[in-house]
Amino acid sequence: MLKIKNLHAGVEDKSILRGINLEVNAGEVHAIMGPNGSGKSTLASVIAGKEEYEVTDGEIFLNGENIDDLAAEERAHKGVFMSFQYPVEIPGVTVTNFMKTAINETRKAKGLADMPANEMLKMIREKSEMLEIDRKFLSRSLNEGFSGGEKKRNEIFQMAMLEPKLAILDETDSGLDIDALRIVANGVNKLKTKDNAVVVITHYQRLLDYIVPDFVHVLYNGRIVKSGTAALAHELEAKGYDWIKEEVNA
Amino acid sequence: MELKEKLISSFLAFENQVNLDTYVHGIRTKAIQDFEEKGFPGKKDEAWKYTSLNKILKEDYSVFSKAENALEYHQVKKYFIHEIDSYKIIFIDGKYSSHLSQTTHDGLDVCLMSAALSKPKYRLVIENYFNKATTKDSFDSLNTAFSKEGAFIHIPKNKLVSKPIQIINFSTGKEDAQLIQPRNLIVVGENSHVQIFERHQSLTKNPVLTNVVTEVFASKRAIVDYYKIQNDKPNASLIDNTFVNQKQQSVVSVHTFSFGGKLIRNNLNFFQNGEQIDSTLKGITIIGDKQHVDHNTLVHHIEPNCESHQDYKGIFGDNSTGVFNGKVVVEKEAQKTNAFQANNNLLLSNKATINTKPQLEIFADDVKCSHGCTIGQLDDSAMFYLRSRGIPEKEAKALLMYAFANNVLESVKIPELKKRINKIIAEKLGVNIGFDL
Repeated sequence: MLKIKNLHAGVEDKSILRGINLEVNAGEVHAIMGPNGSGKSTLASVIAGKEEYEVTDGEIFLNGENIDDLAAEERAHKGVFMSFQYPVEIPGVTVTNFMKTAINETRKAKGLADMPANEMLKMIREKSEMLEIDRKFLSRSLNEGFSGGEKKRNEIFQMAMLEPKLAILDETDSGLDIDALRIVANGVNKLKTKDNAVVVITHYQRLLDYIVPDFVHVLYNGRIVKSGTAALAHELEAKGYDWIKEEVNA
Repeated sequence: MELKEKLISSFLAFENQVNLDTYVHGIRTKAIQDFEEKGFPGKKDEAWKYTSLNKILKEDYSVFSKAENALEYHQVKKYFIHEIDSYKIIFIDGKYSSHLSQTTHDGLDVCLMSAALSKPKYRLVIENYFNKATTKDSFDSLNTAFSKEGAFIHIPKNKLVSKPIQIINFSTGKEDAQLIQPRNLIVVGENSHVQIFERHQSLTKNPVLTNVVTEVFASKRAIVDYYKIQNDKPNASLIDNTFVNQKQQSVVSVHTFSFGGKLIRNNLNFFQNGEQIDSTLKGITIIGDKQHVDHNTLVHHIEPNCESHQDYKGIFGDNSTGVFNGKVVVEKEAQKTNAFQANNNLLLSNKATINTKPQLEIFADDVKCSHGCTIGQLDDSAMFYLRSRGIPEKEAKALLMYAFANNVLESVKIPELKKRINKIIAEKLGVNIGFDL
């Protein structure tokens, strides 16, 4: 599904990712953990195609196709989705209109006609119920005045609507209370199939109790310095990141 | 010959076309003298500092339209809000088109200025209102001097006018360059309510300069909603001089949608002559190329307990330039005034310019007056957010621009008009987004 080879990227003169190698197959859940400033969010943004970051070396493949030169929307059309750590507030655009536009633009890119209105409404109803989202919420301006938890739930709602092949969840657990965390995690688990893949980026192990990863990677100083199974996440939770840093710096 | 000289000498020819022995002709004569004295404003005039008239004044305009030109409805239907039943006062090259119009004298007068100026039954209205709200500036004086034709709307008291009134001036380009000077007078009686839609539309590549004066008088508790769509051809320019005179508890709003034309100057003036008056001035400007749109507003708070709301949004691309000069005067007697002004702008190119200047002159001490202006670009993080959801760059930009302008559209009370404006905005932004805001 996703194959990253020797990826180097940064902002202006500052290098952040320094040789990432990662392979994620369909049906798998990967967790990327690491201390603050290790490059986790940068990795997510680079995969999603944020232009602010410059890729200086390496390649990213999606289902065998090099996507380095694709714009963010083209990557989205091919099934890449990123749940934002800080979803942007967009006054004047309702959640429903936003979703309608996103879905129909994606369909347009695939040569499909607009989704019929009744089908769209049915889908919105189903997915919002799954994430326990109040209907009123859908006619509000996108993320404007939403609480932290509402924003994150809204991100997963968008994921549910767009049905991506590769979902990258960037710190989706931050700002969530335990109930919201459970709702969000349940949503992600329900969306998980053998044909798609999820990359969970998180600082803490907490979310991984609900979304159980097949693989856990530790990112430090722009490189994946350790990979393992779910047990590695528990070890990190118990011991912190210092021992990893020591191992790397030794 | 300079345009000014040409106009002054044309006044003699004009006098051969009209009845000289009238109340109005005295006003015209005074007005041409005022114009002769003042001439056209230049860059030294503070109010014209950022708007140069050089380019549009150098054309050799015909002052009078020679030919009678006809248009068929199907040729120009798209410029009407044709989805709804309405009264229509339509002019072609400054001359009334009875063929395209639908006027009335049934309980209210929706008709022609030429009729109002000549028929004895309108003499009192004309004497009470004609040229009473203008500020006798250069352009409105020029219009007054040649005032002869336009829309005349007189609504008696306690009348809810069920159909909107459309005033449309077409120019066909039969002349090489045409100056058109429509003169509108709108008098709305106590407790009455009317909706008016105004448009100046060139159908030609030839230069057209329209210098229009509209006087609106809103009596006690009258409600007037006025909409202007300015989406003209690249060689058409407009000097719009609108004067709104409000009496107590009246509610008047003017929405100005400026999407095209070579140079547009909106001189929009509100005078509050009474208490508990509500005035609303809103606008959306979306332009590109080398277009220029200038909003020059004045709200004059004369008496206590009144409100005014100004909200202008501008989106400027390419080499376009915008001006917003919003003046609010609060007289000493006008205590408890609540005056709000906002001007927000997006610059889409490095070569686009906006000059924005709030001007508050407050002589009362117990008032709430706020103003704010912003100039910005589209937010990169918002763009990435939209694009990461599969919305392409162009559509994402358009969506953000729609969102930016949205709250001005919200107060448009005619749904079909709102739809139309949405459509024009979408065309302007070159996108087809499948929803209306």
